[in-house]
Amino acid sequence: LKQRFEEVVLPYIDAAYNVARYLTRDAAAADDVVQEAFLRAWRGFANYRGGDPKAWLLAIVRNCAFTWHTAAHSERTDGAIDVESLGDPFNETPEQAASRRSDANALQTLIERLPEPYRETLVLRELEELPYKEIAQVTGVPIGTVMSRLARARQWLIDATERPQ
Amino acid sequence: MSACTDQALTLHAFVDGELDAVNVLAFERHLDVCDGCRDEIARLRVLRARLAEPATRFTAPADLRARVRAALAAADPAADQAALDPPQQAPQANRTVYDPLPGGPVAASVDRPATSAGRAASVESSPERAQSVVRPIRSVRRWSLVGGLGSLAAAAALVAVLYVPSAHVEDQLVASHVRSLLADHLLDVATSDRHVVKPWFNGKIDFAPPVVELAPDGFPLAGGRLDYIDGRVVAALVYHRRQHVINVFAWPASGSQTGLPSATTAHADGYTLMRWTSGGLQFWAVSDVDAAELARFRDAFEQRAATPTSESAPATNGGSQGRANESPVGRG
Repeated sequence: LKQRFEEVVLPYIDAAYNVARYLTRDAAAADDVVQEAFLRAWRGFANYRGGDPKAWLLAIVRNCAFTWHTAAHSERTDGAIDVESLGDPFNETPEQAASRRSDANALQTLIERLPEPYRETLVLRELEELPYKEIAQVTGVPIGTVMSRLARARQWLIDATERPQ
Repeated sequence: MSACTDQALTLHAFVDGELDAVNVLAFERHLDVCDGCRDEIARLRVLRARLAEPATRFTAPADLRARVRAALAAADPAADQAALDPPQQAPQANRTVYDPLPGGPVAASVDRPATSAGRAASVESSPERAQSVVRPIRSVRRWSLVGGLGSLAAAAALVAVLYVPSAHVEDQLVASHVRSLLADHLLDVATSDRHVVKPWFNGKIDFAPPVVELAPDGFPLAGGRLDYIDGRVVAALVYHRRQHVINVFAWPASGSQTGLPSATTAHADGYTLMRWTSGGLQFWAVSDVDAAELARFRDAFEQRAATPTSESAPATNGGSQGRANESPVGRG
């Protein structure tokens, strides 16, 4: 079983880290989330019933990221998406500010400034290249919601990149 | 000229290849007559091309891979614990469609026979070393093979190297070297000024590796970073040799290793490793330059490290180099 896990799930560690990093916007938290997600995935692997292992793993990563978020912002009661607390682009950590100063990371920073449901939808689609159906499964919303979030996220990024800095 | 609002979702689905054939045809007919939507698609494609660039992604740092592998290797005993005490994780599960969490005891009981079978198989594959390596290390090494660049061929070749306990270290060193080139994580501190590199390590690691400038010898210093080898954080110094990169990993030598002679290993993946010990630290140089060149590098490194005088950098703070460690010279 472990060998199958190594072959099937472990190769997606970069995808897991990428998603965790964009969801938490924090390098250290992304480390913890990925580690926890792989442990949970391993514990749950016996119950894994096929399907795309990448989408399966990323769903776990997303859960862990929400758990982290809930712990980090204890005023929030569950995994509910709170756009106000997440969407403020000026409420940056020093690390985000540092990466914003670097041109190479300008696009990363723009993505990080997207409010949460748009950010995760965009990352799952554009960076992890999941089809709509799997994004809907991972994020637990209907496909129509995935489509409208994706359209808004892209529109926002196009506006942001075309606007003179 | 803007895109038609009523076509927005169709437009994105079209770009994503998520439309069925009938709708693709219909939308293509719409594009023939709608400049706004055509422009929008062009803008979308530009954006998507930028998003697809590797620089947009975050890549898992090397030490995280090592930690995940170690955590997974250690997870078998923990499964017993989980069986006794299942509810710890379960209540946190979010309401997604996939629920990854098992019932606890079921998963644990399934895990164990399979895992011990896996261990038995891995021991079989290299019986000559089976007794000299403790189990946790073995399973960590198995993970590193699967997750990284390792191959069974490399493992087989490494059985033949000079002294047994370091074989998995060599795997890790080569893997780390390659990752440092692949993952854009070559340097945490990028500078050719050793007076910046050396103090940078202060407080991050519990030893002070010598940082020497070897530009006069044809090996300019590029910088340094932290890495994770053999279960500990190590210093990595990066030098260039023409277009090649030399990673020098340094960490304290444990007692039995200090007396070992320096050794060269041609690794199966085409990399050369060179090990030496000096001043209580062990050094591993890893590169794709040939062994003779790496030996020249080692000699130059050792020679300059052994004589930390001001001769190589007379312009900056020459006097303080002799007692190199503590004060962040040249910064204030």
